[in-house]
Amino acid sequence: MASTEKAADATGRTTAPQDPDDLAGLEAGLDALDSTQTVRTPLSQTLLRKVLPPVTAVALVLVVWQILVWAEVAPPYKLASPSDVWGEVRAAWLQGTLLDYIWTSVSRGLLGFLLALVIGTPLGLLVARVSFVRAAIGPILSGLQSLPSVAWVPPAVIWLGLNDSMMFAVILLGAVPSIANGLVAGIDQIPPLFLRAGRTLGATGLRGARYIVMPAALPGYVAGLKQGWAFSWRSLMAAEIIASSPDLGVGLGQLLENGRNNSSMPQVFLAILLILCVGIAIDLLIFSPLERRVLRGRGLLVSR
Amino acid sequence: MATTMAGTAEDTTTAEYAARVEHVSKSFPAPGAPGGRQLVLDDITLDVAPGEFVTLLGASGCGKSTLLNLVAGLDRPSAGTVGTDGRPALMFQEHALFPWLTAGKNIELALKLRGVGKPERRQEAERLLELVRLKDAHGKRVHELSGGMRQRVALARALAQDSRLLLMDEPFAALDAITRDVLHDELTRIWRETGLSVLFVTHNVREAVRLAQRVVLLSSRPGRIARQWTVGLPQPRRLEDSAVAELSAEITEELRGEIRRHGQH
Repeated sequence: MASTEKAADATGRTTAPQDPDDLAGLEAGLDALDSTQTVRTPLSQTLLRKVLPPVTAVALVLVVWQILVWAEVAPPYKLASPSDVWGEVRAAWLQGTLLDYIWTSVSRGLLGFLLALVIGTPLGLLVARVSFVRAAIGPILSGLQSLPSVAWVPPAVIWLGLNDSMMFAVILLGAVPSIANGLVAGIDQIPPLFLRAGRTLGATGLRGARYIVMPAALPGYVAGLKQGWAFSWRSLMAAEIIASSPDLGVGLGQLLENGRNNSSMPQVFLAILLILCVGIAIDLLIFSPLERRVLRGRGLLVSR
Repeated sequence: MATTMAGTAEDTTTAEYAARVEHVSKSFPAPGAPGGRQLVLDDITLDVAPGEFVTLLGASGCGKSTLLNLVAGLDRPSAGTVGTDGRPALMFQEHALFPWLTAGKNIELALKLRGVGKPERRQEAERLLELVRLKDAHGKRVHELSGGMRQRVALARALAQDSRLLLMDEPFAALDAITRDVLHDELTRIWRETGLSVLFVTHNVREAVRLAQRVVLLSSRPGRIARQWTVGLPQPRRLEDSAVAELSAEITEELRGEIRRHGQH
């Protein structure tokens, strides 16, 4: 038996001869046995599992909606039918105004979000790393998140007037706390070991922030960005609905408000649908892929 | 005392020690303890010669990790002085590799922070990966590697710091027995090839004897140097070697005696 042979061998000598190839082979075997392979699921399966369910859900909603219209649960001026709303979409598309509405709001929203990013990121770093700043404004920053940004519209109109800068002010007040808080949470969750390892490698001060702290905090930061976008979009819609002025150009919020003024239920439905679609689209096209990329790279994405 | 590694040291080292610990004590604030402070290390004096492999052995609470942190410069002694020949590299029980970087990029970051130019970084990272026999792992993510592979990448990253002294804090404690045994062989081989000085902390007596030229036993609470052994056995050694087992038995007996003293008062 191999084990007894080995034992007898070891008692006879103080050192066993060592074949370097043997060690390399043993190591290669261990590596092969222990490594995990990450396999990406094929596209067809992704489509089946990720696309089919939401499409089914949307179809179901449309069917129920149409049945309610047929059943005349509410008069037509209260409940527009799917075909009326579709007609509204077609009309806006043919007039060439549909993309204008969307672009007016999306460009405002994204610009406001980028501004919030530029302000929220250093603010979050400061709050996370400087204990005085954290004690001073940390609680206010978390508290601001629960303040609906609609509340900022009246003062913003008084301070800045009915113009784009007032919209941006409302977006910033909605999104900056989310982004800053996301970064703070991300930094707080960095395992201390990474910071120690970084220090022994010579990453201290600003180099530590750049090479260790920021990348280590990225999952929390991206979650904050995602939420920050949602807050930006919501704040902007609140501002657009409340503050309408001919100088401002018609965004989705104004479209909604105009629909109410014209008592045009299809237009109201159209505006709500577009606001929802834009919010979902930006999340699906930008933030979700970003988040998945960050998490997958770290092996944090659990496949379900 | 100084062990010269014939033909392996890259340059003639001018320093007479890789690490010098002189009369070092360390205490931490502890509300319950007499004087409000708990003494963790008491008057430790220890030299690590250039190219020497020393293991620090002790039961839990002996302050061996504290001592390692002091030598690493991550903490300051309450009394005494610590000197090292350049900034030491440090390896932890957990691999501490950055999960947002690939294995190769982890090593390249260490090189970058050391000031190595971009063109040489890639090449040097490849060389170090080859040294730990992970030639094909450059593009691998940390989570795709096994525990043993991660520690080998961590070793390569520590070597990328180009320090004369490598500090290791129970780096193999979390690995399974077979992998640990293989990594002992690897570490011994790399130590002999590079001429590094190693200060290796462990609570595993056989591991200490298997690896070291000198085993330093620390007593617990407070940590003092209880006894030292020079291990004259030729490398490579095996855990099963009778001489390793004999010396391990002797040291274990001593260690048990140290632990027993704590039950008496």
